[in-house]
Amino acid sequence: MNHLSLPALTLLLLLSTIAAITFGPADITPSEAWSVILHHFGLLPESPVSRLRDAIVWELRLPRVLTALGIGAGLALAGTIMQALTRNPLADPYLLGLSSGAAFGAVLFLLAGFALLMPLGAFLGSLGALALALLIAQLLGGATPSRAILAGICISALASAATSYLIFWSATGDSYREILSWLMGSLSGSLWADAGLVGAALLLCAPIILVSGRALDAFAFGDNAAASLGIDVPRLRWILLGATALLTGIMVAIGGAIGFVGLVIPHAVRLATGSRHRVLLPHAMLAGAIFMLWTDTAARTLFDPRELPVGIITALIGAPVFLFVLLRYRRMT
Amino acid sequence: MSLEVANLSLRKAGKTILSDIGFTAPRGQVTGLIGPNGAGKSTLLAALLGFTPSSGHVRFEDQDLMAMTRRDRARLAAFVEQSANTEERLSVRDVVALGRIPFQSALASANGAEDQAVIAAALAETGMTAFTARRFDTLSGGEQQRVHIARALAQTPHLLLLDEPTSHLDISAQLQLLALLRRKAMAGTTVLLALHDLDLAARFCDHLVVLKAGTLAAEGAPALVLDPALLHHVYGVRARLLHDAFAGHSVIVYDEAIPEALPHNPD
Repeated sequence: MNHLSLPALTLLLLLSTIAAITFGPADITPSEAWSVILHHFGLLPESPVSRLRDAIVWELRLPRVLTALGIGAGLALAGTIMQALTRNPLADPYLLGLSSGAAFGAVLFLLAGFALLMPLGAFLGSLGALALALLIAQLLGGATPSRAILAGICISALASAATSYLIFWSATGDSYREILSWLMGSLSGSLWADAGLVGAALLLCAPIILVSGRALDAFAFGDNAAASLGIDVPRLRWILLGATALLTGIMVAIGGAIGFVGLVIPHAVRLATGSRHRVLLPHAMLAGAIFMLWTDTAARTLFDPRELPVGIITALIGAPVFLFVLLRYRRMT
Repeated sequence: MSLEVANLSLRKAGKTILSDIGFTAPRGQVTGLIGPNGAGKSTLLAALLGFTPSSGHVRFEDQDLMAMTRRDRARLAAFVEQSANTEERLSVRDVVALGRIPFQSALASANGAEDQAVIAAALAETGMTAFTARRFDTLSGGEQQRVHIARALAQTPHLLLLDEPTSHLDISAQLQLLALLRRKAMAGTTVLLALHDLDLAARFCDHLVVLKAGTLAAEGAPALVLDPALLHHVYGVRARLLHDAFAGHSVIVYDEAIPEALPHNPD
């Protein structure tokens, strides 16, 4: 069933990275992009590229491209994990109130005058929402997937209402625009610090998720089946939920609530690779990165000099792709 | 070399679900676990597998089943549920390969040669070889259940526990599945399965364990255990046992009054 291969996706990712750097108002050629990267890694002592163009590549485009890659990879991984853990094909990384909680935290920090700490507010908000959702599920009689989802819906609605309330009473012109762009998801103005944070989150969480592939397969038939195959079900669930929350929290903090990537990419990749997570997870990670890279490139170049929030593009592409995936699923069953 | 359970009790939320259960499931035999709904059959199986904490002793092949790691237990004992479907896109081979998880490292990138051989043997034993590449969710209930048994067999278990594995199957699929379990038992596996159909229990089991309201009501050979007094005590039904000379065993006839259909009204 496997029509994708990891080496092919990796090659596509590298080519896409170089290609994406060349897109934009200043005409950068692929060889210039290469030269700048090699130069900064100390592999090319004398750069043939002018200072200004070097700065465009190294200070503007590359951090943004890397941030997009990392966020796409992270959201696709998080979505795949959520779908497996809740045994729910409609699950996405934001399921347990993570994005609404993040939005609340971000808006709260912004309106309180800590605009620079917005990512921290988003991160704290997402973890707070997750903790609250799991607490409620536990109080309902044990954190089973369906209880956690229901509690997440409840927390999500509550956090959205609180966010709207804050915006309604306190936001003015500038903060309004900033909040709106954040809520729709945007990578505009990403710096090396953002790329670094996203990269660190991936380095920390992706290995934990990737080695759990085989154990996740055991969940296909539910908790008892997994336990009978020797899996410590509660422990694995908490570890993966923790890794997913951390990953999603940081992705949302940096890029805002970018929708559809975590929902659609796992489904689209599953069509090609099947559901074995050992295969699905690394493919989804690479596909998510490539998808995010190109949608973000479109977001910053299509309506130049204005930027579109990338969340609009991922939704515009994601919704029909999801529909296509659903149709394919139905035909094949 | 059999499954020995002693003084097993289980309390959940302050309620006693199982109380002082003790029985033996002999090696190489099919032991049937029977009793009314809510008697604690599924809970007992879950406790034996360590899904739910319980007190008491569970020994198998001179090892303490409760003291083992989950992984070691999964290499020794396999479990099949009533019916389990999935939303995942898995082939029959993928599902059977799940049975190799207890034997594989988390980093293993694919099934090794030994895994492949065990998977192929399990598919052959359950008659599912021709279905290897089919998607699991396109199979009939009987076929799916055979795949689950194959998945359990891929664990190369010495102990096979099944929770009402026949309850969603038509009669031919039920007979096939029970015959397969008998063959496994004759080859040395200890089989313990919860069953509802008492005639099938009488016919396919060597040994019966009867539960009533979380306690042990009886244990022994079907011919000794299944009598009208016990059926009335455990299920509250009036029943007779008729000897079927052709088959060589008894069949159960229930004497409960059944409301008659209303006479046809010509208006």
